[in-house]
Amino acid sequence: MIELNDITKTYRMGEVDITVLSGVSLRIQKGELVAIMGPSGSGKSTVMNILGCLDRPTSGSYRFENQEVSALTDDELASIRNVKIGFVFQTFNLLPRFTALKNVEVPLIYSGVPAKLRRERAMPMLQQVGLSERMHHKPTELSGGQQQRVAIARALVNHPPLLLADEPTGNLDSRSGDEILKLLVGLNREGVTIVIVTHDQNVAERCNRTIMVKDGQILSDRVRA
Amino acid sequence: MNFIETFRVAFEALLSNKIRSGLTMLGVIIGVMAVILLVSIGQGAQVYITKEMTGMGTNLLIITPGKTSTRGGFHPPSAGTVRKLTYDDSQALRRRAWLLTDAVPLVFGTGKLKFQNMGRDIMIIGTTPEFQRVRNLFVDTGSYISQGDVDSKSKVIVLGTTVKEELFGAESPLGKVVTLSDARYRVVGVMRKKGTSLGMDVDDIVYIPVTSGQELFDTDSLFEIIASTPRADDVDRAIAQIKDVLIKRHAHKEDFTIQTQGAMLETMNSILGVLTAVLGGIAGISLLVGGIGIMNIMLVSVRERTREIGIRKALGARNMDILAQFMIEAITLSGAGGIIGILLGVGIALLIPMFVTVLPTSVSLWSIMMAFFFSAAVGVFFGVYPARKASLQDPIQALRYE
Repeated sequence: MIELNDITKTYRMGEVDITVLSGVSLRIQKGELVAIMGPSGSGKSTVMNILGCLDRPTSGSYRFENQEVSALTDDELASIRNVKIGFVFQTFNLLPRFTALKNVEVPLIYSGVPAKLRRERAMPMLQQVGLSERMHHKPTELSGGQQQRVAIARALVNHPPLLLADEPTGNLDSRSGDEILKLLVGLNREGVTIVIVTHDQNVAERCNRTIMVKDGQILSDRVRA
Repeated sequence: MNFIETFRVAFEALLSNKIRSGLTMLGVIIGVMAVILLVSIGQGAQVYITKEMTGMGTNLLIITPGKTSTRGGFHPPSAGTVRKLTYDDSQALRRRAWLLTDAVPLVFGTGKLKFQNMGRDIMIIGTTPEFQRVRNLFVDTGSYISQGDVDSKSKVIVLGTTVKEELFGAESPLGKVVTLSDARYRVVGVMRKKGTSLGMDVDDIVYIPVTSGQELFDTDSLFEIIASTPRADDVDRAIAQIKDVLIKRHAHKEDFTIQTQGAMLETMNSILGVLTAVLGGIAGISLLVGGIGIMNIMLVSVRERTREIGIRKALGARNMDILAQFMIEAITLSGAGGIIGILLGVGIALLIPMFVTVLPTSVSLWSIMMAFFFSAAVGVFFGVYPARKASLQDPIQALRYE
């Protein structure tokens, strides 16, 4: 499903080029639950951004569902993000002015789904993450765990084959973190491919594959038996 | 992303910041209001002048001594001696230019009018009985100057109502003797009240026979002759007749100028047209300032919502979607400001004449349309830069923005 081949990424900072990734190659099969670990500055977030089509590699090839992504235009990338990839962020990144329901509807707006249908599709997603009673609350009226559930519902509303989670439990207490993790593991069982970037060893242990990144290179890639 | 949805998103964003949106709109509101108000005042003046000038009597021709070209230009002072326009010229016109119903000789100036111990400076017109007819100003009590008065240079005077009230109060002035610049005049009549016309108090004038006036102002010339024709179609032929008569009398030289009322009206209207355009232009500048206000606020808004832009992009918004969202916000601000400005501007323009009678207004559809489209255009113009800035944000940077 995902095939990274010899990906490098360099940023220009003033006069000097900074290499963030050098020669990263990686394959992820459909249905996997993968943790990407590494110290800060290791380049794991950059891997995540490239996987999520938010960023383009400087060189190398990225094939997503057998399509070369690194050559696509901004709008084509936007469309892939909209339909094929769901994002879950450490800081939830909900739109503060909108209710939970409206937040879940946002990806559908950009898919051109009419308003009535959007509601009909967003409501069951919130039910699935156990928030049917808090649909009309704004993010500020929800706990951290609840906000992250809304974010997961939003990530899934277009039924993308890939879910990317960047430190999804990083801002949560251990109990809500655990619940979120359970939710993600459950989704993976239903067939969603999930990639989680994390510092947390506990999170990594729940995944069946752990990729360690350091200094812009893959240090190890272990599949749990 | 469809249009209605984009519009809703923009509208919600504006509503969530009511005070800021309101203040931003205020710039446009004031601009649009100023455009409509000032243009309607300018046009009101035009309508007013047209009405007043046609109210003075129709198809008037004014003959003044000396040749001036209505096309402007430069006339050397040695272009021939200027023969004076005389009382006899006016009599000749009456007799020989048969298209004219009247040819009224006129001298005017100011002098000191005294009655007993009261006195003041006053506008004096020396003329003939026909003046009443050409200028639509009639005597109310007593009688006007008669042809006999003119022929015999009688010292008789007709008072305007303002003058009469100031000097005599409720008393009848008929037969009383007043002093006008050291000569004694007998009051024979009082004019009908007329009010102001083109900013001049028509009731604050006294009338004496044109011959006495020439003596008073120590001149044997006339200041002008007012002629009139019954039909507008005859104006050109009447001008030809006047020229024919006067040129013969003036040693075959055209040393006088004939102005028609229509030409005067045109001149006035073009002056006022320029004035209106200038006023509208000045008001337009304030609309421009309002537009800069919109740009300013939109830039702040784009910065504040950097994270929102990042989130929307991560969720699949294309650059176009973001651009449209912020453009519509800017256009909504300016468009709503424009509509409110139009309502206020039109409202005030309609209210002004009720309270300030000297300031007539006339609201025209084209000024409303222009103000509205201009304000919408301001929104587009000043919205493009911030919206483009928003749409080109890098999603990763935007998501990290605190």
